Amino acid sequence: MTERRVAITGLGVVTASGLGIEELFGSLLAGRPSVKRIDLFDPSSFPCQVAAQLDGFSARPYVPKSYRKAVKVMARDIEIAVAAAYLGVRDSGIVTTGLDGGTPDVDSSRLGCNIGAGLICADLNELGAAVNTSVTDGKFDMGKWGREGMNNLTPLWLLKYLPNMLACHVTIIHAAKGPSNTITCGEVSGHLAAGEAARTVARGAADVAIAGGAESKVNPMGLLRQTLLGRVNTGSNDSPGRACRPFDAGHGGTVIGEGGGLLILEDLQRAQGRNGRIYAELAGFGAACDPEGVNYLKPNVGRLDGAVAAALKDANIQPDQVDLVIPCGTGVPGEDAAEAEALRRALGPRADTVPVAPLAGAFGNLFAGAGGVALAVAAMTLHKQTIPPAVNFETPAEGCELTVCTEATPARLRYALCTGFGVGGQSAALVLKRYQE
Amino acid sequence: MRRRVVITGMGCVTPLGHDVNSTWEALLRGDSGMAPVTIFNASTFPASFCAEVKNFQLPQPLAAGGKHQHAGRHTRFTLAAAMEAWQASGLGESGHFDPDRTGMYLGSGEGSLDFDNFTSLLVDAWAGNRLNTVRWGELAFGRMNVHRETEQEGNMVVAHLAAEFGLRGPAFNSLTACAASTQAVGEASLLIRRGDAEAMLSGGAHSMIHPYGVTGFTRLTALSTRNDQMQTASRPFDMTRDGFVLGEGASILILEEYELARRRGAKMLAEVIGYGSSADAFRITDQDPQGEGAAAGMRAALADAGVGIDQIDYISAHGTSTAQNDSVETMGIKAVFGQRAYQVPVSSMKGSIGHLIAAAGATEMITCVLALRDQVIPPTANYRVPDPECDLDYVPNQPRKAKLETVMSNSFGFGGQNDTLIIRRI
Repeated sequence: MTERRVAITGLGVVTASGLGIEELFGSLLAGRPSVKRIDLFDPSSFPCQVAAQLDGFSARPYVPKSYRKAVKVMARDIEIAVAAAYLGVRDSGIVTTGLDGGTPDVDSSRLGCNIGAGLICADLNELGAAVNTSVTDGKFDMGKWGREGMNNLTPLWLLKYLPNMLACHVTIIHAAKGPSNTITCGEVSGHLAAGEAARTVARGAADVAIAGGAESKVNPMGLLRQTLLGRVNTGSNDSPGRACRPFDAGHGGTVIGEGGGLLILEDLQRAQGRNGRIYAELAGFGAACDPEGVNYLKPNVGRLDGAVAAALKDANIQPDQVDLVIPCGTGVPGEDAAEAEALRRALGPRADTVPVAPLAGAFGNLFAGAGGVALAVAAMTLHKQTIPPAVNFETPAEGCELTVCTEATPARLRYALCTGFGVGGQSAALVLKRYQE
Repeated sequence: MRRRVVITGMGCVTPLGHDVNSTWEALLRGDSGMAPVTIFNASTFPASFCAEVKNFQLPQPLAAGGKHQHAGRHTRFTLAAAMEAWQASGLGESGHFDPDRTGMYLGSGEGSLDFDNFTSLLVDAWAGNRLNTVRWGELAFGRMNVHRETEQEGNMVVAHLAAEFGLRGPAFNSLTACAASTQAVGEASLLIRRGDAEAMLSGGAHSMIHPYGVTGFTRLTALSTRNDQMQTASRPFDMTRDGFVLGEGASILILEEYELARRRGAKMLAEVIGYGSSADAFRITDQDPQGEGAAAGMRAALADAGVGIDQIDYISAHGTSTAQNDSVETMGIKAVFGQRAYQVPVSSMKGSIGHLIAAAGATEMITCVLALRDQVIPPTANYRVPDPECDLDYVPNQPRKAKLETVMSNSFGFGGQNDTLIIRRI
């Protein structure tokens, strides 16, 4: 069965380095890091006190007036997804019910949604206020909680934290009634969601899909978990902007960012038919895993070489045709080295020369949000034919001898490869292709 | 000609039994999996009972060695279910097992929170009206454990299965609430159909039987509170239904490309022929009241399978025993099947087994395969009082012999996620 070609026609990104693709890409070209001391909570007793926060962010401006009430039952991860979806739809020129004014021009039943999400952290102040009504002699009292304490939580409390609520709110706002999914597969969730959504459009089950991921781990639990895993940089609290240094000799761990990216994927013929702007085509997707990933205290990139090989095969290209890699590039030393090794295994000699553009140095590691943003940046890079520079890369770490771009570089770019992996040993790779009429 | 996808192995751990046969027999007998909560002291909760997996221990070959020593409760269920399915399929020993071409697509839920430590921190670091995060941080690094925290991540069940069976292919986890494992089986089938994998372990796992899980559903008024009639509290489609009963468990199916299964002489249990997914896009708390979202999922699955409504011999309903789901699902079935809706038997096993949330759909898929095998429809337990809004044939209380060739299974999730699968006898 022949598959349809899939165009990327809208880029919705929410990162500490910019809201919307123009703002983000401009910030990346300028080489500015957005990592700062955390002030969403007081992190003074945490070994790592820096993150890439969305300062002053709220989903309210991105929600139709009739739906604003619902913002109060959105966890931050949901707010990020809702904003990214709005920005993506607006950027695409497609009109949905999510934009105030205008007549929707997309068939709801043919509009799909596929969003990668993380383990959403409860708002500790909200939950703590309820929990502390059920304390006897300084200890939590389950009997009291069951009788009355739990009534201090809003009835919809659970619905703030179900991971599919990102997609739920987005589908309601944009009347996306087609195929829908939520991927919760750690840091590779956004990559997998975008790849799967592209397949949905390619096989004709949907004509348009909102796809990618969003997450915020900038909260005490998220930071604690990554710290316990030994992944965050604890040595750069005095120089936050330099904390996340993927593949650089000075890399000392990752830095949490909050954010997300949702792409508008569209049947190429539909996009052409409406004269939509086509940033790139999503031409290949592959996924793999590593049985060793369960030993999660050791660095593991989820057999990324296998995912890359599958994605190249799916796109029907050879390693020497890859013009750019946007890697996962977490800045965790063992992971950087393992990712570089996986690229060498999958790309052969091309791994030494292909330009590599890690993004986490600028806006941190976005976890489930990473894939959508990386793909959006890759699409913009193909569209603009300019590679954004890596922030905080000076000399390669041992084993990480890749060609990392340190300046904004105009280049002839046809194929871009995006890679992702996560703690636990799953990986994914996607190939974007420059669109030329 | 598209590739065909067949089921060659199944395994489950449920409130009714620790394997497929015991679960199936209990279901046909109409046993109840409900009992007072033992995982924590829920005696003062509005709903103090649930459908726990009882007396479960990880079987010895899996428990030996260090790979799974930190695995959480739902991961342990899944390992046992997957071992049963894996052995039944014979794939690993067949000489045809290609680890790079064998993946996983699960609909597994988050792991259980480290409740005592997490909650004690909220108490001990509380500063009047808000959390003192500095104090919290000082205490938390001493109390919280890297394994307890990491094993909660959604991809951890996948990680443990990969380790146990040496799988290296595509690995996904979906969490679309109560629809997750139906979705997983559907998406896994698509990967095989497209040639991205030749075999997949698919299914789901979940346990939300912990204080905040039960709290969350209680606040949504989703749970039955018939503490004094817990055995009959889950009564799908019955007029007096007052909510679902929270269950837990895991179910795994081995999906294979037909030609691989044929080549290696595998026993083929059924063929997955259709999958459909849709979103209500209505409200966060309510389903589309006309059942249009549910209907869209069913229609998409029928179209994918290339079968008409006349060919569906049985519908395994989502049938949660909540007021809304059961009437909306009935409306959805009527919207799709028209007059034929009154001739197709519809049943929900949740009256016996409870609601396994993310694991529900795959468990129901297993019962659909067994229904085809035994040519018998499992009953809707505890159905006594007809509801005028639910006027279909729900196969009340007694299993029914029937000629079954093609059956449909529905799952709907909070947030308006609808998924439908269609399988056929082989």
